[in-house]
Amino acid sequence: MPDVTILAAVLASIVAAATPLLLAALGELVAERAGTLNLGVEGMMIVGAAVGYATAYGSGSLILGTLAAVIAGTLLSLVFAGLAIWLAANQVASGLATTILGLGLAGLVGANYVGTRLDAAPELHIPGLSDLPLVGPVVFGQDAFVYASLILLAFVAWGLSRTRAGLVLRAVGESHGAAHALGHPVRRIRTLAVMFGGACAGLAGAHLSLAYTPFWASDMTAGRGWIALALVVFSAWKPLWLLAGAYLFGAVSILQLHVQGFGLGIPAQLLSALPYLATIAALVVISALKRGQGAPASLGVPFVPDR
Amino acid sequence: MPFRLERQETVSGLALLAAPLLALIFTLIVGAVMFVALGQDPIRAFSVYFIEPLSDPWTLQELVVKAGPLLLIGIGLSFCYRANRWNIGAEGQYVAGAVLGSWLALATHGTEAGPWVLPAMLVLGALGGALWGLIPAVLRVKFGASEILTSLMLVYVAQLGLDYLVRGPWRDPQGFNFPQSVTFDPVATMPLLFEEGRLHAGVLVGLVAVALAAFVLGRTLVGFSIELGGSAPRAAAFAGFDERRVTYGVFALSGALAGLAGIIEVAGPIGNLQPSISPGYGFTAIIAAMLGRLHPVGVLIASLVLALTYIGGEAAQITLRMPFDVTRVFQGTLLISILAADVLVRYRIRRLKGAAHA
Repeated sequence: MPDVTILAAVLASIVAAATPLLLAALGELVAERAGTLNLGVEGMMIVGAAVGYATAYGSGSLILGTLAAVIAGTLLSLVFAGLAIWLAANQVASGLATTILGLGLAGLVGANYVGTRLDAAPELHIPGLSDLPLVGPVVFGQDAFVYASLILLAFVAWGLSRTRAGLVLRAVGESHGAAHALGHPVRRIRTLAVMFGGACAGLAGAHLSLAYTPFWASDMTAGRGWIALALVVFSAWKPLWLLAGAYLFGAVSILQLHVQGFGLGIPAQLLSALPYLATIAALVVISALKRGQGAPASLGVPFVPDR
Repeated sequence: MPFRLERQETVSGLALLAAPLLALIFTLIVGAVMFVALGQDPIRAFSVYFIEPLSDPWTLQELVVKAGPLLLIGIGLSFCYRANRWNIGAEGQYVAGAVLGSWLALATHGTEAGPWVLPAMLVLGALGGALWGLIPAVLRVKFGASEILTSLMLVYVAQLGLDYLVRGPWRDPQGFNFPQSVTFDPVATMPLLFEEGRLHAGVLVGLVAVALAAFVLGRTLVGFSIELGGSAPRAAAFAGFDERRVTYGVFALSGALAGLAGIIEVAGPIGNLQPSISPGYGFTAIIAAMLGRLHPVGVLIASLVLALTYIGGEAAQITLRMPFDVTRVFQGTLLISILAADVLVRYRIRRLKGAAHA
């Protein structure tokens, strides 16, 4: 049944395109639930992509490359944490600084690898499940990053709503004063949440440069970090909604590619602009419907303990 | 490193000036580490990057030419950031202004149009930037959508739109298929200030903007309402200042100045419309605004400093074969340093003895 095969291939490519968005947005969601708005996602993601690629290229190991990407994203997130959490600097400006620095550092790391290629991370087939019609190739014929993103999603959804640590993290994000009065180390918890965000963004970058498009190009993240930030708003800070949002955006970016392939006379640039226009539309619709509900109450407010 | 931040009631003028200097020194130290890590002799690299451009009259002109757009955009952004509105899409407004202004240059190309063309282009450029900048303002006021994300997304849209125009309808038919428009006529080009070099009249526009902005911010009710709306929104509401009007106003103004910078650049140093008309001026201007303490004169000095990182980066690319990303690292480090140094202005740092938790 060739129709099913084509459909499965398209759906599988949507899942692959959505995975870096989902990974980065998950990390940012945790940071924001703790009350920190980190606009450094784009920077942490591209540093992950560059360091991951360089490490994998040098060592020949995709696992080492992925690890290095996660560490690099986490390290860069510490720059943001130092500024925005410990020095109480403006969070928007701190995040922008993180992104600008990240883009520069990634360019330096990647400069020697322009024009090289790697073998993409292999698809991991799960015996039995991979052979199911349609569901098999779409869900169970993917690379390890896709599985990791789904496992992380379940972990975050469960951790935030069902564990004590998740409760404390949300308390810090809703009212840092009250959490501090109860004796919770607000800034330490926020730092950990931001580091988790950095690790996730680094992993998202690794997916780009090691699996999705296994080469290095400067600016290869192409605004995905910013779209991930918008997805967090779109999800109303709820992990499961992130899944829907990320796959929707994956679908938009894949479908515009297919339309470009058909050559319907629509300018390619207009189609390329669709994911960005869709992001704006989604932000507008969700903001009009919710009017800021669901956002952690202390989001973006620096915390300076009085005593 | 246990320490405690105590809010300063009064801001000392000394700290206000010391913070940017401290940030510059810290950036240079980080730069030295980076040069060593890249296998360069740091003294030689510093000389190529920061000293040689300042000792050559031609590159000094180039420095001012590059500082021009940063200055214009940075002043507009200062108004936004003072009002606590986060326009980070100036790069897109720059492109939108360049496109709308260029439309007139292309429409009058080869005609007998008089010297009104260039002034009209500048007006259209400012208008294009203002309209593009108003989109995130409207989306914020009407729907509550984050202006940070929408303004940034519109950068990509504007760049793709420019790309479409110069590869499609606006491509020079005699241009051997290169994606660029025809070269603008002399009446559509910024006049040069001197016979030699590239210093053009657009630089003067930047200086006028400094004077006007300093007057508006320091001496008028409009400036006060912007300031108050940013630092004490509730007080501003009680005083009867309309929050929405401030949002529209600062976005229109910063967009207009970015658009003006865009059309000046296209009608000046570049001379026609191309797919890439900015080395990230719209983003670097954010740093110029911050480093300049959101004050027009400060932004002027900061623009020159940041222009030096562009010129130095180009020189280092040619003579030392260093990637241009060195410039981005410098700029990012500079912004990080100024944000960190700001803590000295706003807080007194007390060291804590013994174990204390955050």
